Amino acid sequence: MVVGSLSEAEVDRLFHALADATRRDILQRCIGGEPSVSRLADGYPMSFAAVQKHVAVLERAGLVVKERRGREQLVRTDGDAVVEARRVLDELETAWRGRVERMAELLAHVPEAGRHG
Amino acid sequence: MTLVSVEKDVDRLTLTLVAEFDAPIDRVWELWADPRQLERWWGPPSHPATIEKHHLRVDGEVGYYMTGPDGERSHGWWRVTSLDPPAALDFTDGFAHPDGTPNADTPTTAVRVRLAERNGGTRMELRFRFASSEHMERLQRWGAFDVFPQSVGQIDALLAG
Repeated sequence: MVVGSLSEAEVDRLFHALADATRRDILQRCIGGEPSVSRLADGYPMSFAAVQKHVAVLERAGLVVKERRGREQLVRTDGDAVVEARRVLDELETAWRGRVERMAELLAHVPEAGRHG
Repeated sequence: MTLVSVEKDVDRLTLTLVAEFDAPIDRVWELWADPRQLERWWGPPSHPATIEKHHLRVDGEVGYYMTGPDGERSHGWWRVTSLDPPAALDFTDGFAHPDGTPNADTPTTAVRVRLAERNGGTRMELRFRFASSEHMERLQRWGAFDVFPQSVGQIDALLAG
């Protein structure tokens, strides 16, 4: 396993988070979708508060992020965030390709003094 | 060719774009410094831009909105962080509420513009970096784990062994 730039404390939190079968299961469910905390809680024979605690441990380890949407708290992995980042960068690239093209058009068509050639 | 290169770095959340124009540097600078010219290229034809405020000085603000086909407006702002005409401009770009005030819930982008004379024309280098929100910091840390499900599998195996 490559731990890259994680500090020892971060690795500890990570291993602690993953050392529990329920938490590993929660994590796997979050990879495929964005379940709400209450939907997660329905899937385990334990209280809502207990599931919430597990989610908090995963969150502290940087494995999941909680996002409030309306009345629900959605839990998703940061793996999704990588996909999200790629999408945002792609959108930014498309927008700026268009802008650069329009700049070139303006420079080519607006007559101005002092231009060579 | 106008666009010379595009580089994306998902880990660092940057995009670098280099373009070359067959025009003098002062002329290219005007595209940024003159609001009437800026609005002619900032928005795509489907969403033309209107610049409401254009204070191109350190700490100065630029406010704009883009109007979509059905008339809906999306607002944005810049805050100039440094400036050295006609060679350099740095600013933060973000979304705004309809009244023009920055929307703190949305991510901002740091934009660095560099212009230089090159072969009688102008080379423009643009660099974009997403401001590090908590979200983005987590994402960078995540880079340590390459592909997520595989890592979890490896950790599982490690813990079982």
